[in-house]
Amino acid sequence: MSDSALRSWLLSDTPDSRRQAAWGRAYRSWLRFRVNPLGMAGLVIVVALLIASLAAPLLAVQSPDVQHLTLRLAPPSAAHWFGTDELGRDLYSRVLYGGRITLGMVLTVVVLVTPIGLVVGALAGYLGGMADRILMRITDIFLSIPQLILALAFVAALKPGVTSAVIAIALTSWPPIARLARADALTIRGTDFVAAIGITGASRMRIVFRHILPLCLPSVIVRITLDMSGIILTAAGLGFLGMGAQPPTPEWGTMIAATRGYILQQWWVPTIPGIAILFASLAFNLLGDGLRDVLDPKQT
Amino acid sequence: MTDVAIEIADLRVSLSGTEVVHGVSFAVPKGSNFGLVGESGSGKSTILRTLVGLNVSWSGAMRLGGFELRYHRDKAFFRRCQMVFQDPYGSLHPRQTVDRQLSEPLLIHGLSEVDVRIRRALAEVGLPEALRFRYPHQLSGGQRQRVAIARALIAEPEVLLLDEPTSALDVSVQAEVLNLLADLQRARGLTYVMVTHNLAVVAHLCETIGVMQEGVMVECLSTDDLCAGRARHPHTQALRGLSTELEEAPAWKRGAGGEPA
Repeated sequence: MSDSALRSWLLSDTPDSRRQAAWGRAYRSWLRFRVNPLGMAGLVIVVALLIASLAAPLLAVQSPDVQHLTLRLAPPSAAHWFGTDELGRDLYSRVLYGGRITLGMVLTVVVLVTPIGLVVGALAGYLGGMADRILMRITDIFLSIPQLILALAFVAALKPGVTSAVIAIALTSWPPIARLARADALTIRGTDFVAAIGITGASRMRIVFRHILPLCLPSVIVRITLDMSGIILTAAGLGFLGMGAQPPTPEWGTMIAATRGYILQQWWVPTIPGIAILFASLAFNLLGDGLRDVLDPKQT
Repeated sequence: MTDVAIEIADLRVSLSGTEVVHGVSFAVPKGSNFGLVGESGSGKSTILRTLVGLNVSWSGAMRLGGFELRYHRDKAFFRRCQMVFQDPYGSLHPRQTVDRQLSEPLLIHGLSEVDVRIRRALAEVGLPEALRFRYPHQLSGGQRQRVAIARALIAEPEVLLLDEPTSALDVSVQAEVLNLLADLQRARGLTYVMVTHNLAVVAHLCETIGVMQEGVMVECLSTDDLCAGRARHPHTQALRGLSTELEEAPAWKRGAGGEPA
């Protein structure tokens, strides 16, 4: 299909199938998103980081664990673009592989947290009454504990490592999502169209999962994208405190922690993973802002 | 009993603790039209919403086709009785295509031939098939209300409750939708209960009219009686007077050289 044929298929006023209608709707959102330079910058950086992490074995010049003790703390050069760390490992390769760990943790948290938050929030908001009270009190308990502290306590109780860090962050990230989804569900449940669906004889679960959840999704997507930068910082923070990924795993936070003593003499060694963290969290923030403009529920 | 579609006896409804309908009784024969008129807040919409199960705090008796209605309505009830809402901008799911919204009742009731039924439903309400995969925001108000009517009728109910189905629409579109409703009734032998504050609409469509005032049905009379000015209750006479005044206003304006309204 040629470009213009595809375009007119997407923008057709009279789609021939639900699939075409859904794609057309997505394409219109993309057209709105594309004109936002900051959002696009965020998207480009996020996609670049994801590709770089996935293609790390192809892009890296050497294994992230190979040590050259004669080449310790070398400054950036043609052979080692970002220099080397305290054990002579190539920093460029380690940052690439570290992206796999850090971004992998973030994506796992998102995959765990989004469905839980959405379902808890939508059920509480739609069912109301006792179900709402019980679900929201549970949410409040998790919400009342500062995120990093609960994560620290949790990881300290378990074995420090990537898995425990992911579980710890996930435990503390779902309550805001649930709150948001509940607020949306509360406004949606009073509308005529929900009453109309109820009158067709739909069960309450069908109404929640097929009709209310999809409407809570846009604001949750925006929120979770904005939260991702916070999740990156928490993951790196746990790594820095020795509660996340353990050395020699090339996780960005762990890398900073291991080399923080060299900040004055060989500043690039801890700074480069720091820049990676900065870019990743900034990019997710910009992307989230851009998505908010497109997915804002107030625009039809 | 079988020729009565809806029977309501001494219905009392409370909304958040306040009783707003104080013992209303009426019966609607099968295949006929019953109009509920009254001012805003007189409880006419509340009766419809209670009938279809959207208000749960009520007492009294309601029967659909001879069956006593309980607080919980089952699927079989929704198969037989459907409702069209006042605001077509709020009664359609904003993120679902027309096709999806029409298929939902069919899936819920496990009806076959979804594709055929949707095409037939669109044709019946006079919507071109090109609109089938549009989202509600790509439709006009009149088209949306037609979709809402198609959705209500797609599972082939016997009774259709209409909550001011035309008041959110343009005057020219109002007439189209009313004619559509009249045609559908003739074709399918439906029973309508229609709530409106527009006496002209009731007179156009309904045989019997119940006049509501402050939660009480003050008078129940035939349209012929109403048109002939045989209303007994002062509130009915006042409503009628108001609507004839409004109807005569354009003629008076035309005489003064103004544009016809």
